[in-house]
Amino acid sequence: MSKLKLATVWLDGCSGCHMSFLDMDERLLELAEIVDVVYSPIVDAKEYPDEVDIALVEGAVSSEDDEKKIRKIRAHTKTLVAMGDCAITGNVPSMRNPIGPEAILNRAYIENASAQPQIPSVVVPKLLRTVRPIQEYVKVDAYLPGCPPSADTFHTALIALINGGPLDVSALTRFGA
Amino acid sequence: MNVEVDVKTLVIDEQEVSARAGQTILEVARENDISIPTLCHLDGLSDVGACRLCLVEIKGSNKLAPACVTNVQEGMEVSTDTDRLRKHRRVILELLFAERNHICSVCVSNGHCELQTLAQEQGLTHVRLPYRNPNLPVDASHERFTADHNRCILCTRCVRVCAEIEGAHVWDVMGRGIDSMIITDLHEDWGASSCTRCGKCVQVCPTGALFDKSKIGSDHPKYPDFLPYLNLMREAR
Ligand code: SF4
Ligand code: SF4
Ligand code: SF4
Ligand code: FES
Repeated sequence: MSKLKLATVWLDGCSGCHMSFLDMDERLLELAEIVDVVYSPIVDAKEYPDEVDIALVEGAVSSEDDEKKIRKIRAHTKTLVAMGDCAITGNVPSMRNPIGPEAILNRAYIENASAQPQIPSVVVPKLLRTVRPIQEYVKVDAYLPGCPPSADTFHTALIALINGGPLDVSALTRFGA
Repeated sequence: MNVEVDVKTLVIDEQEVSARAGQTILEVARENDISIPTLCHLDGLSDVGACRLCLVEIKGSNKLAPACVTNVQEGMEVSTDTDRLRKHRRVILELLFAERNHICSVCVSNGHCELQTLAQEQGLTHVRLPYRNPNLPVDASHERFTADHNRCILCTRCVRVCAEIEGAHVWDVMGRGIDSMIITDLHEDWGASSCTRCGKCVQVCPTGALFDKSKIGSDHPKYPDFLPYLNLMREAR
């Protein structure tokens, strides 16, 4: 049997979910026997592949770039997994929603700047008005809440997803776990 | 003296149980180790039927009934855990999460929150409704406690404990519908209110909405179990 194609994606999150994923430690070797990591911040591929079996998506949708990415990921992925609270609830990134992007950008780049205060407008993608969870943009097949979900949660959930076995997420993790 | 106890027999989840007239379905279910999820109910306070999590089905009625404010009747047949009820409970929890700003990872109640625990028990892994993310105040004017409206679910436990047990009636509800807010006195700062600083409201608040300033991180378990004990000791006086 050929190996399953696994992608991991980093939208607006702190990378903590990826750190926790790596905390699977020696179990990663065992996983490497059954999956190929075809796209991830920790591998070199620059373009999202055409056909991915399982994608773990960390982070909320906060910028125009995030939105483009999540739609592309959905179009090319069989099983899309929302990984962690930012992807599922907006979590800490969404704390800017009641305030709005202008006030946040002003605070960060004008009020608190000691030299050359200016709001970046080139290269960096434009922020969306509000930070949204990924299920508000695309269909999500599985949810793994937690900030971050533990390595054990990742391992149990991934094995279940790969084997198509039953998965009781609430027995493993919760919001804020 | 002739003390007659009016006994009712009924069925809850196919289990025959007996109860005293005037008991609620919730009381009788709990006496028989049948669990019904609740949020606004708290042993030791009056019941208001505000959260609707305790809804049950009663045979012969198409309407769902809140177990905390529905008295038992002879021959009643109650179901507490059906697909229909699970669906309603899930939607109620989703509405609570979507209504204000629940950022569990940075909440003082993370790991000790009744709303969070219920969500996990009911298998809620995500919210299907769009989050409203309203802009809400945090009242940190009190010397010892903080009120964070972002986390309030309007269960009114604080209102009831302060009025019924402490006798100070500092808290109340202002406004209607989605604009409802709990307020202290006539919408003054908590720190400038008639609060006696007893801390009862903080202990009964099921979420991170009311908390003790001396607690940091998410190290804030609450201990509302003093209430039935306090009531018992007062009755004995
Ligand atoms: S009050 Fe409870 S549900 Fe709300 S953010 Fe805090 S821990 Fe989470
Ligand atoms: S701490 Fe103040 S507001 Fe809270 S119950 Fe006591 S008197 Fe009421
Ligand atoms: S502050 Fe706490 S106890 Fe009071 S209504 Fe809000 S959630 Fe309930
Ligand atoms: S516990 Fe019965 S309505 Fe809230």
